[in-house]
Amino acid sequence: MKRELAIAAALLAAIAGSGGFIAAYATGGDRLAEGISLAVAAAGLCAAGVGWAFWILPAQQVIDEIETYPSDAADRRAEGSAAAAGTRAIARPHALLALLCAAIGAFAVALVVPIRSLGPAPGDALFKTRWRRGSRVVREDGSPVHVDDLNVDSAVTIFPEGALDDAQSQAMLIRLPDALAGSVQGYIAYSKVCTHAGCPVALYRAQAKQLLCPCHQSVFNVVADGAVVSGPADHALPRLPIEIAPGGILQATGDFPEPVGPGFWERGATR
Amino acid sequence: MTLVERLLLWVDDRLGTAHFVRHALRKAFPDHWSFMLGEINLYAFVVLVGTGTFLALFFQPDRAYQSTIALSFKVNGGLLLRQVHHWTALIFIAGIAAHMGRVFFTGAFRKPREINWVLGVLLFWIAMLAGFTGYSLPDDLLSGTGMRIFVSVALAIPVIGTWLTFFLLGGNYPSAQLLPRLFVAHVYLLPALIAALIGLHLAIVWRQKHAQFPGPARTERNVVGSPLFPNYAAKSLALMLAVTAVVFALGALVQINPIWLYGPYQAWNVVSPAQPDWYVGWLEGALRMGPALAIHPFGHTIPSPFWPAVALPSLLFILLLVWPWIDAALRRDRDAHQLLDNPREVPWRTGLGVAVFLFALGLTLAGSDDVQARYVHVPVTSITLFYRVFCIVAPVVGFAIAYALANELRAKGGVQQAPRIRLRRNARGGFDEEPLP
Repeated sequence: MKRELAIAAALLAAIAGSGGFIAAYATGGDRLAEGISLAVAAAGLCAAGVGWAFWILPAQQVIDEIETYPSDAADRRAEGSAAAAGTRAIARPHALLALLCAAIGAFAVALVVPIRSLGPAPGDALFKTRWRRGSRVVREDGSPVHVDDLNVDSAVTIFPEGALDDAQSQAMLIRLPDALAGSVQGYIAYSKVCTHAGCPVALYRAQAKQLLCPCHQSVFNVVADGAVVSGPADHALPRLPIEIAPGGILQATGDFPEPVGPGFWERGATR
Repeated sequence: MTLVERLLLWVDDRLGTAHFVRHALRKAFPDHWSFMLGEINLYAFVVLVGTGTFLALFFQPDRAYQSTIALSFKVNGGLLLRQVHHWTALIFIAGIAAHMGRVFFTGAFRKPREINWVLGVLLFWIAMLAGFTGYSLPDDLLSGTGMRIFVSVALAIPVIGTWLTFFLLGGNYPSAQLLPRLFVAHVYLLPALIAALIGLHLAIVWRQKHAQFPGPARTERNVVGSPLFPNYAAKSLALMLAVTAVVFALGALVQINPIWLYGPYQAWNVVSPAQPDWYVGWLEGALRMGPALAIHPFGHTIPSPFWPAVALPSLLFILLLVWPWIDAALRRDRDAHQLLDNPREVPWRTGLGVAVFLFALGLTLAGSDDVQARYVHVPVTSITLFYRVFCIVAPVVGFAIAYALANELRAKGGVQQAPRIRLRRNARGGFDEEPLP
């Protein structure tokens, strides 16, 4: 009797849960009320099912013999010889057989060829970016960078003018305290695409003069031509050649000297 | 005659099903808690299809981020079902891993069940892919960064990587085709494949009958257990409702993947710290620990992500696929088995399982090395070094300990079972003992 009462309580809870869900849904759909009430409904039904399985149903064991496999020896032999006979019958006109294989092969190739439509040939897409000789350096909002704009030890994400948001062309422009070798009045720019797995090399550690990728912690040395300091990256960050145009606006003197981003088969042994 | 009987006769008149159904209703299913692990995944998949269908009615791949935000906040029940869907996906893959562990440690993959082991391995990897494509669909800053890493890993595949990437994406990253294709993969291709494989997996279980632990009356040529109807069906349906209750409670109570905190994906932004869903953690960790080593065969490039994210998973995948045959060769065993091994009975296999688990654990923990570095105030490079050592040492030590323990337990013959007796009240008010077989 106690057991029946427990199951009845579980079923009543399930009904209350379902009712609660309908009410919660009708009154605007509070996530908490909806989810909890559905969980209560399912848990109540679950508890009732467990009660049924262990208290109400008679415990019983059945035994299944395994006679379904393997088949008996006569069937196995007959199966093999029937298949062999059929294969021999198909293969009898030998001249046609080769042609049949050729036709099936050609059909298969014809069906596979449209895969080509899935994407364009890579071409030189991974070898170049949108930076050109004379591309003005602009920020995310499209505003050009003047030589007086950046504070020393600060960094900003830049794009070539006319290619805002271009993932391949994104770069970090950094202003160093001194006009170190290679920098232009302290300005130096590197590709922002990590050479390990392509994440944005977004963290600039001004004191250490390092760029850090937050995905797998590759660290690059800004004052050593982007060389890898630590982490899983296997080659340096490509440096963007820049100059200061008359009027003080920063611009590129050309594209990156090598492919940006992670390595790939056709990249070759550059650096 | 009851309604059920009349209905069955109606069907039998047309399909001749009485013979099959008669035996099916009394089919034996052995009882053991570990046999429920596989069922959890089946029911998780059912919940995933249900909740996923609801989400797909509102999600728009060309407005991925905005439509995910809208279905979360403007659709009644939207956020709940999104969170339930995500939680269920995590449980689905965890359940598959646990189920694989059960099958591995008990030798359930041995002949005649090699085919089902292979199907299970395929399901495991396809489920991970399904999870990852779904995780990437909202196009938020966190998942978009994960997709960028995935593309870089595809680029690292020798010879075909670049072409493969351009075919998958329909161009260079980030392409306009990416999200529509992810959508097709996640809501159609992968679920259809999973459903087909689950169907095949279960059909084979049905045909071969479930393996069982040794026990009274259990032999290599029979199965002893609860009848499918009603005992086993009641338990199994209760388990389905338990899974449903847990995922709805999680979806209601525990926030998951709050994409509005990350913002939409932009290729030049990134969140830090960034951790993926748990089942991708081992790859993330492998990428962080991998050697900074590119090689250049014949003037081409094999970049550093190749070793941890292409070579290692491929090796693992192949080893898992062919494991039943390696195991059989090592045991010089060509017989079919219906009785399962207790893990202690094959110490080296148990040791190997523990070693692989510890290796995967090390990889996964390394996937959050930056977070740990922040907590323990140690440079992240030291944490990475620690896990490199861990991934080599822990599996060896784990193997040795598990091997020794299993050997010890086997020598002792396991837990000593008390003799089975029946107590009978006698006329004097005391008890008589009767031995049981």
